[in-house]
Amino acid sequence: MLDFSFVPGTFWFEAWQARFSLLSGIWVTMSASALTILFATILGVAVGTALAYGWWWLRLLARLYVDFMRGIPVLVLILFTYYGLALFGINVPAYWAGVIALSAFATAHIGETLRGAVESVPMGQMEAGKAIGLRFLQRLRYVILPQALRRMLPPWVNTGLEVVKGTTLLSIIGVVELLLTNQQIVARNYLIVDFYLFAGLLYLMINASIAALGARLERRFSYLRY
Amino acid sequence: MADDVLLRAQGVRKSFGAVEVLKGIDLEVRQGQVVSLIGASGSGKTTFLRCVNLLEEHDGGEILLDGDPVGYRVEGGRRRRLSETAISAQRARIGMVFQQFNLFPHLTAEENVMLGLTKVLNKPKAEAREIATHWLGRVGLAERRGHYPYQLSGGQQQRVAIARAVAMEPRLLLFDEVTSALDPELVSEVLGVMQGLAESGMTMLVVSHEMLFVREVSHHVVFMDQGRVAQAGTPEAVFGNPESERLRSFLGRFHGMFGMV
Repeated sequence: MLDFSFVPGTFWFEAWQARFSLLSGIWVTMSASALTILFATILGVAVGTALAYGWWWLRLLARLYVDFMRGIPVLVLILFTYYGLALFGINVPAYWAGVIALSAFATAHIGETLRGAVESVPMGQMEAGKAIGLRFLQRLRYVILPQALRRMLPPWVNTGLEVVKGTTLLSIIGVVELLLTNQQIVARNYLIVDFYLFAGLLYLMINASIAALGARLERRFSYLRY
Repeated sequence: MADDVLLRAQGVRKSFGAVEVLKGIDLEVRQGQVVSLIGASGSGKTTFLRCVNLLEEHDGGEILLDGDPVGYRVEGGRRRRLSETAISAQRARIGMVFQQFNLFPHLTAEENVMLGLTKVLNKPKAEAREIATHWLGRVGLAERRGHYPYQLSGGQQQRVAIARAVAMEPRLLLFDEVTSALDPELVSEVLGVMQGLAESGMTMLVVSHEMLFVREVSHHVVFMDQGRVAQAGTPEAVFGNPESERLRSFLGRFHGMFGMV
């Protein structure tokens, strides 16, 4: 890698040759991660709220879902969404099958995290909301969730990092994301060390950005103290 | 109306599991009155207050606010629980101040006061801000309106909490041991605000251990003991002529304090 000559068989030459596939791979990884985090956050808030405040049957349903999703390897979920659904005549493109499976998995994690965060907000907050006449959904929206979401920022960032790493599993069902792109390049030029190291560095950079964003958000909400 | 009774409780009962905490409470609060509940901890004062605001549901008897039963309506002789919206509307007519302040930590003092005004009373933001400014001024915190709760002392937080409750223009204000969590030197600033409210004619139901305050400000004092009203009357009657041994010994604990002042 320290050889900077620009001839076939060197890292820089091969990377330049493959620049469009690499960019596309990065894009697939980042878009799949972003969509998954977006869906999982929205659905996770719903699942977490159901776990904390739902009627008993809703709570039971949410609990079963969370335990089910947490107990199954993500890869099994991905394979099932892609191949399993095809058996029932439901054909989902590989990319979307992956996003759906990862979202289903991350939803369970975020849901459980949110439940914990909601339950860590002191009882008195709910009561103060009741006392000024806020209805349940208003108490949730204006009193409980703003505090719970702030509390769940660190684990939420963690889930985000897991999701980015989890997208590598989409290569199994043929989604040409960052890892599979690199595998394909390596298959052409056998620069195993260079390109896997390169892939690792790119993942590291993506995740470092997410972590930095998380840290910024935490500072942004640092007024929320007790 | 022949009388001006705002809150009437009759035979209110409440149990937590097998433990009966309220064993039939009768009590009246008239318009503009300050009624204080005193008694040892565990006597049911706070539970009663929470039943009035529907933070707890009473099991028996009735609590009437302006003649309407709190928390349910009677239909064909049977009690039907009110809808969430109706219960929220009832709660909005009753303000409550808590022992632990319970300010919303993610909102400034001003936003704490404004939340109920904009979301429950549907007032426009500008008007809500004006009302908040007015009440924060009344409790002496006009310059602190942009502060978050963690930037305020306990006494200041409790005064914001009072502003938050009173800004809703409730028919009745409930105070649940609001000075118990405060450092001693901060107690008087909160009691001062409460005294001001009482003098302005606010109807108040107060649970307190501040006997000097209770004796000075209340129109009516209720001594509760083991889930029952043991003695009730004017402050002069209750403090000057305690009928039971339990009230005498309860008041005896505060004698040192009376002597000091």
